[in-house]
Formats: sequence, C-alpha cells, structure tokens
Amino acid sequence: MITFAGVTKRYPDGTVAVDRLDLQIPTGQITVLVGPSGCGKTTTLRMINRMVDPTEGTVAIDGRDVRDIDPPTLRRGIGYVIQQAGLFPHRTIVDNIATVPFLLGHDKRKARERARELMDRVGLDRSLADRYPAQLSGGQQQRVGVARALAADPPIMLMDEPFSAVDPIVRAGLQEEFLRLQAELEKTIVFVTHDIDEAVRLGHRIAVFAVGGTLAQYATPDELLSEPADDFVRDFLGGSRGIRRLRFFQELDAEEAGAGTDEATVAADR
Amino acid sequence: MNAILGALEWFTRAQQWSGPDGIPARLLEHVWYSLLGFAITVLIALPAGLVLGHVRRGRLAGLTGFLVTSSANAARALPTLGLLILAVILTSAGDLVPILIPLVVLAVPAVLVNTYAGVRQVEPGLRDAAEGMGMRGPQVLLRVELPVAMPLILLGMRTAMIQIISTATIAAYVGLGGLGRYIVDGYARQDYDSMAGGAILVIVLAVATQFVFAGVSRLTVSPGVRARG
Repeated sequence: MITFAGVTKRYPDGTVAVDRLDLQIPTGQITVLVGPSGCGKTTTLRMINRMVDPTEGTVAIDGRDVRDIDPPTLRRGIGYVIQQAGLFPHRTIVDNIATVPFLLGHDKRKARERARELMDRVGLDRSLADRYPAQLSGGQQQRVGVARALAADPPIMLMDEPFSAVDPIVRAGLQEEFLRLQAELEKTIVFVTHDIDEAVRLGHRIAVFAVGGTLAQYATPDELLSEPADDFVRDFLGGSRGIRRLRFFQELDAEEAGAGTDEATVAADR
Repeated sequence: MNAILGALEWFTRAQQWSGPDGIPARLLEHVWYSLLGFAITVLIALPAGLVLGHVRRGRLAGLTGFLVTSSANAARALPTLGLLILAVILTSAGDLVPILIPLVVLAVPAVLVNTYAGVRQVEPGLRDAAEGMGMRGPQVLLRVELPVAMPLILLGMRTAMIQIISTATIAAYVGLGGLGRYIVDGYARQDYDSMAGGAILVIVLAVATQFVFAGVSRLTVSPGVRARG
C-alpha cells in the first residue's frame, strides 16, 4: 500500500502542483492517475520514488515514510517507465534491460540471461538483444522500457504515460499485453495518463486530478462512469460516457471469456 | 613550382634523416611537446566540462554557461606569440613550461566548450530515466552523460590536438626543438626549401592526427550513439 497523507507540493515561485492530497494506492493492483496537463498527476507519481519531495505531508510505502530512505536505494527497488522510454542510446537492448541489476552489483552474465528471459515476457524477439535502441521501433522501445523496469523484480512499478508516444494501434497492443503481464505479476502499479479511455481500460482504480493539483474523484472505473462526483469529472469523461461504460463492460466480459479460455488451455497442457 | 620541387629535394637529402636536427628527432620532439600539452589540456578541461555540464541545479548552474563560453572566447582571442613571450619572461621554470602555457591556454577552450555542451545536450529524459532507476550523480555522469556526449567531446579533443600541433611550431622561437626549427632556422638562413619542408611536415602530422582520432572514435564511441549521427 502506498499512502499519501496531506501531501502538498509547492514550488518556490508559488505554483501549487499538488494540493493536500490524501490517497491510498492498493497493493497488487493498477491505479491510474488521470487528468488534464498541469493537474499534478506526474508530480504525484514522482513523489513516490522521491524524484520530487513534497513540501508538506508524507508519502509512505507499506507504512514506511519514503523520506527515511536514501533516494537511489529507494529507486532501485521501484520500477520506473517513462514516456519515450528513455532508453540509453549507447547501450544494447540487453544491457538497457539489465541496468538496475548492474547497479545492484549482480553478476553480469546472470543479469543478461535474465534480461533475455524478460524480452520473451514482454514480447520482444531475442534477436534484438544486441541491437541498439535507435534500431528499434517506438513500440519495441516501449517494451524494452517495461522490461527494464521489471528487471530487478520490484514490487512497485511507476509508469508515466508509457504508451502515449506510439500510434493508437500499437498502443492498443501494448495495453493488452500490459494487462496480460500484470495478471501474471500482480505488481503494485501507479500509471499516469491524460487519456481517460486508457485509464478506464487499465485501471482497477482511477484517481481523477483537476488543475491546481486537487483530487476530484477516486473510484473504480464503473463508479467513475456511472456516478461522476462533479461537473469537472463529468466534463473530463466527456459526452460519450454511456458508450464508454458500455465498452468497459464489453471488455470486462471479453476478458472473463479470455481468462476462461486460458484456463482451459492450461488444463489441456497438463 | 620551384618551391615545391625544392622542398621535395630537401626531403631527399641524406642528412635530413639522421642526427639531432634530422626529421625523426625533430618529429619526435614535436610530438612530445604536443602530447604533453594535450595531456595537460585534457586533465584541466575534461573534468571541468563534465562537472559544469552535469550540475544544472542551484545558483552555480545559471552562471556556468556564461562563464564557460565567455572565458573560452577570451582565451581564443589571445595572440599565441605574445603569450609565449610573456610566458618566457614571467616563468623561469625549465625550458618546457613557457611553451606549454600558450599551447594549453589555446587548447583548453575547444575541449571545455565541447565537453560542457555535449553533457548539457543529453536529453532530459535520459537523465530522468537514469536517476529514476537509482543511479547516483557520478553514475549518471560517467555511465550515461559521458558516453552519450562522447562524439562531441572527441571532436573538441581533435580540434584541440590539431591546434596544439600547429601552435607547437612556435617553440622554436624560444630555442626549443620540434618541426618549427626548420621554419625558424630556414628563415634565418633564407633557406626556403627547409621552411617549406618544415611546413609540410606539420601539415602531415596534423592530417595524421585526424586519422588517429577517427580510430579512437571507433573504439570509444558506442555504435548506438554513432548510429544516431
């Protein structure tokens, strides 16, 4: 559980990025922070791994104040995926993935071996292992970004608009695989996006932020779509709320059907 | 035409190829001054450029860009020969120190500015990813910023080395060796073949340096960074 208690981030010029935020992010689920630009969702995410420190209030992971942990140590235990992937251009794909294990001083050969396994997991062909990031497509780079965040098997993953730089078709594929991966791994995921459709599709819980860094509503996707807390949330969800809700349920049904099929396949394999 | 033929003829004289005034000995002296000047330049300018480029927060960061470029421009504007003579007058320490001062002063800006700019130009997203994955400041600098900035840093070093090689010719003015001897002594004797020969040797050395740096860049720049141009 990640807990925000009375968290405010105020910059020296007086801008308030996050305003008295109270939020509890459950373990093993996907929590999506969504809102228009300038609403403080990325700042909120970055306060978890101390890329930003709050002005007031505390952020705690499983009851432990993150301020008591030295930032690099804290960050090595939290997966981090950013927009445009942020891959190191001078390192091969396999070495990019093994970044955190290398930092932790793990055996290089073993770390690379595990990196190759992770490539399978995120749907990357192993023949790409010795290429450089510039030789990969945007979607492939984003998969490397996810594999890199998973390399040291952290319980928490922070994802800052990880799929926003790729085209809609690739994005849909990445989202699907992301859900499949999460079903296996059950990480605590905090996911930032400005795309409400993505939020509804991926989140177990959705935190809608309003400009000025306040939390407008924190609810499950169904609650959010059926009972928006105020006009801001209603506007943000847009006019097609009913259609979204319908689609949300369709996907839920499809997933359940899909899960059933998977089980059947597993049973057949046995 | 005559000058070129004369210079070519000068190269074929047997006495040019042996003894303390022979081409091998003079070339070695020239390379020695140059490498010494280059080593000192890199020792000063590389760490300074890396650290100044890396530090982006705080009051210091706002000032550094201005300081780096303006000091570099000032150093470039200094007249080499004047600096050499000043160094000879002001220092009494050994033979080499006076010549190394102008070499280093003129070469530092190229390395400093390129290193600084190279590190500054590293995409913010890369630094963010590096820090977000738990790299400490020096790790971000040495494992991410330095390798990504490497092509620009090498360009600065190459410029500096070629500048040093051409400037080292003036060592002969203060009684030191090197290829400048052929030019200075040739001038004194009105021996144009010797002057042209010396000049050609300096040019050849500068061109050879280009090739050396091309090789160094193959070894030290990651193909991933090179591919991006």
